[in-house]
Amino acid sequence: MRVMTKPLKQIRNFAIIAHIDHGKSTLADRLIQECGGLEDREMKEQVLDSMDIERERGITIKAQTVRLAFTAADGVEYQFNLMDTPGHVDFSYEVSRSLAACEGSLLVVDASQGVEAQTLANVYQAIDNDHDIIPVINKIDLPAAEPDRVIQEIEDVIGLPADDAILCSAKTGEGIQELLQAIVDRLPPPHEGDETKPLKALLVDSWYDIYLGVMILVRVLDGKLKKGQRIQFMNTRAVRDIDRVGMFTPKPVLLDDMGPGEMGFITASIKDIEETQVGDTITEEKRPCDGKLDGFKPSVPMVFCSLFPADAGDFEQLRDSLGKLKLNDAALHFEPENSQALGLGFRCGFLGLLHMEIIQERLDREFDLDLIPTAPSVVYHIYKTDGEMTELYNPADMPDVVSIEHVEEPWIKATILTPNEYVGGLLKLCEERRGTQLDLTYAGNRVMLVYRLPLNEVVFDFYDRLKSISRGYASFDYELDGYGKNDLVKMEIRVNEEPVDALAMIVHRSGAEARGRQLCERLKELVPRQMFKIAIQAAIGGKIIARETVSAMRKDVTAKCYGGDVTRKRKLLEKQKKGKAKMRQYGNVEIPQSAFINALKMGDE
Amino acid sequence: MSVSQNLPLFGVYVHWPFCAAKCPYCDFNSHVREEIDHDAWAQAYRQEIRHYYNLTPDRTVTSVFFGGGTPSLMKPETVQVIMDEIAACWGIAHHGEVTLEANPTSVEASKFEGFRSAGINRVSIGVQALRDDILRFLGRQHTAEEALRAIATARQVFDRYSFDLMYARPEQTLQEWRTELQDALQYAAGHMSLYQLTIEKGTAFYTQHQRGDFIMPDDDRGADFYELTQEIMDGAGLPLYEVSNHAGAGQESLHNQTYWRYGEYVGIGPGAHGRVHVNGQYRATRAHKAPEVWMDRVRAHGHGAHPFEALDTEKRFAEALMMGLRLREGVSRTHLNAVSGCIFEDQIAEDKLVRLEKEGYLNCPDDDRIVPTIAGLQRLNAMLGYLLS
Ligand SMILES: Nc1nc2c(ncn2[C@@H]2O[C@H](COP(=O)(O)OP(=O)(O)OP(=O)(O)O)[C@@H](O)[C@H]2O)c(=O)[nH]1
Ligand SMILES: C[S@@+](CC[C@H](N)C(=O)[O-])C[C@H]1O[C@@H](n2cnc3c(N)ncnc32)[C@H](O)[C@@H]1O
Ligand code: SF4
Ligand SMILES: [Mg+2]
Repeated sequence: MRVMTKPLKQIRNFAIIAHIDHGKSTLADRLIQECGGLEDREMKEQVLDSMDIERERGITIKAQTVRLAFTAADGVEYQFNLMDTPGHVDFSYEVSRSLAACEGSLLVVDASQGVEAQTLANVYQAIDNDHDIIPVINKIDLPAAEPDRVIQEIEDVIGLPADDAILCSAKTGEGIQELLQAIVDRLPPPHEGDETKPLKALLVDSWYDIYLGVMILVRVLDGKLKKGQRIQFMNTRAVRDIDRVGMFTPKPVLLDDMGPGEMGFITASIKDIEETQVGDTITEEKRPCDGKLDGFKPSVPMVFCSLFPADAGDFEQLRDSLGKLKLNDAALHFEPENSQALGLGFRCGFLGLLHMEIIQERLDREFDLDLIPTAPSVVYHIYKTDGEMTELYNPADMPDVVSIEHVEEPWIKATILTPNEYVGGLLKLCEERRGTQLDLTYAGNRVMLVYRLPLNEVVFDFYDRLKSISRGYASFDYELDGYGKNDLVKMEIRVNEEPVDALAMIVHRSGAEARGRQLCERLKELVPRQMFKIAIQAAIGGKIIARETVSAMRKDVTAKCYGGDVTRKRKLLEKQKKGKAKMRQYGNVEIPQSAFINALKMGDE
Repeated sequence: MSVSQNLPLFGVYVHWPFCAAKCPYCDFNSHVREEIDHDAWAQAYRQEIRHYYNLTPDRTVTSVFFGGGTPSLMKPETVQVIMDEIAACWGIAHHGEVTLEANPTSVEASKFEGFRSAGINRVSIGVQALRDDILRFLGRQHTAEEALRAIATARQVFDRYSFDLMYARPEQTLQEWRTELQDALQYAAGHMSLYQLTIEKGTAFYTQHQRGDFIMPDDDRGADFYELTQEIMDGAGLPLYEVSNHAGAGQESLHNQTYWRYGEYVGIGPGAHGRVHVNGQYRATRAHKAPEVWMDRVRAHGHGAHPFEALDTEKRFAEALMMGLRLREGVSRTHLNAVSGCIFEDQIAEDKLVRLEKEGYLNCPDDDRIVPTIAGLQRLNAMLGYLLS
């Protein structure tokens, strides 16, 4: 296809941002359809959510970029580069990258839900990026839609003028033409850019495609990108020849070149995805541009857990599979770990709980791996008596108490938006989780709560509790807010006096006993009775804080066993013996791995 | 009145695979057929007996057991043919034990005389319960009264008899079981088998139980039942000699002890298993279960067996141990080593025995014997898993 590069003033680059589920991807569908990017028969709901897991969960995980052609009221054809972004907190780094590549944003707000925590978080980011913003009130077809109230809320809570918000329904298509025209009229073209200057382009994203290899999403600032051109990545210093230049319509379509203000993809026979650092500046090898672009802050994993293969023989496969996922997910971190209770596995770092859940699910689904995840945990800072600080990624590795001066844990600043009536319950929840209130403001019948909370208290089941207390109406967003000293201790679970490393956890001393008791009770139910009685204890240092006993089983015998039953019985025993691979020896008893696995699944009921 | 101690145990098991109706708890190889060609069956049994005789000559049969299915539905003539063939092949030891499993309907009891003439000297009667509502629940074809009459007949006709009861049934209370068992003891003579009802896959009860139609006692309750049973039976002078079998002194079933003491036995008929030494090999044999297939095979090849499995020393050790520990008398290391060709100490770590002894699950009265306690018998599966892992 021959597509000419457009003059800057005919280009609009924008991101669609919103709280989760407010309809970004569906709105993108309508824009694509209206501009003829896909034929009707190629259209499906949330067409940009292409991963299986995205389609199944109905959420966007990976930002997607599409180039559309729109002929405006003045008869001029404009080039739109649209970026659909994820709404969930865990993937806000995807949003931040997209925002850096655009000049404008469509702030989508659900007409029945109104402003939510992630609406706020994302709009603030857009403002930080100097974006022009069009408020879009979506889902006006819903009977519960209250566009006027929502417009008022945008003005009150965000402080953004919204009287000229576009009202639309991404479902029925109402208001879409108006929105397209508003994009032309109200969003700015790319600020500057000179085709004749040396190439300067931002590496927005990169991923691995099984057909095309490593693909790079770029935004050109100056100069041109062409097939055959020799480019250099300024941070990694790598030099490559471009072998393809293209765009997504959303189907990949090859282009001759790409000029200032435009977005699209390139491939350059890159084998190793590590070469492509997001945020890097791409230039020409022979004619480098004048300075590097600012780039992005690297994404930091906040939540950690260990993943063990249920079948020890799958360890290598797990390594391969994690490696493959990392190709498309730079935020995933992992390194090998050896646990006495669960064998060889990996300690993994994630952006948040949803990210963790999704990786686990993809490993299960795409790689057919049966996994045992440990409880999620955060990174602690251990200050030793010798003045040294070490980062603790795994509670099992906590050094001896005597060598510890103090422990610090990560804190977050959490923003919660909720209808009035649930404030009481949510305040209680935040207090239980050791939170400190920073702010509480009323806006109409909604309340914005701002709390400082230990991240550790949130990774467990905070989000579920929040949703259940507020019947799903409250929303939640957070950002890291430094480290703070606290009375944190390592709690061990022991089975027949031997510690189960996978169950070790760092807890606040005040909550240790309750937590220990709960875990022991839970394990007692999960550990099958055996011939010998089993002691289950929770301990801090040498001190036992909770204990349970699994009494010995009283009966386990085959009532009838005659000549014909011998073979069957023996084979059963042989099978049992094989099953021992999944058992862990503690003193004289063997505990099935499944008991630990299920104990780990425990929430804070 | 018993077989000479000097004779090695050599049993013949004969499986009759037919029943009048299928009981809902039963997973035995039993089938209901409109018509049975008794002569054809008699000939097939003869053929297979001959086949095994050729593989295992030079033995004397110490016991024969007609099991099922319902062997009391056989014609006494068929039993006669089989007994004659066994006698003609190996010969039967003086005072050899010849048992037939009988269901206690009046029709079957009326054949007891005929069975005795054919060589049966012991019957094992499937009484199962002494309450008609329970017998109906269990799908039995007889009433309690019929069962008692069958026992009375057996008492007149045979030197020895035993009967079976099933307990730890849904909804059964300990008190009910006590009453029922004490009642049953009035009719006992030397031997009884008391089985806790087990829900087996592939039975009508299995589905009903899965559906939640009835609730089975859990392990704790099962233990209560078991312990109560021991108390009553000890009091009655019929202590257990195996997990579920009780006898007065000298009244134990020799045939079943052959299994538990890991002696040799030949399995005749559909689905029958055997353990025999052939050409220096220890073989596990197993016949086709389907009656018609078995019959066709016997006609074509002289036997209805699947390819046999040769048991190596470790398998023999495991089998001998798991069978031996079912017995109250326990097993000896010497015996285990002799029947398996293994060295006991290589198979089982000494500290495991110490641990089990400390826990009260078994006793090691000397350097050789290993004797399970009642507490141990009651947890035998777990104990075997521990010892053999
Ligand atoms: N009635 C109605 N439903 C809509 C409209 N727009 C989107 N939806 C529905 O809202 C749900 C969420 O839509 P998505 O487009 O996946 O939302 P999203 O903002 O992309 O969600 P994330 O990517 O997970 O943050 C889907 O069930 C859509 O069908 C609308 O205008 N009207
Ligand atoms: C080979 S079976 C059947 C013998 C004979 N056909 C009868 O029904 O009496 C021998 C005994 O096993 C016992 N039995 C069979 N199925 C059982 C089960 N599911 N649970 C416990 N005992 C069972 C019964 O007591 C039965 O008498
Ligand atoms: S319990 Fe006895 S009678 Fe009932 S089906 Fe089984 S073998 Fe036949
Ligand atoms: Mg989406």
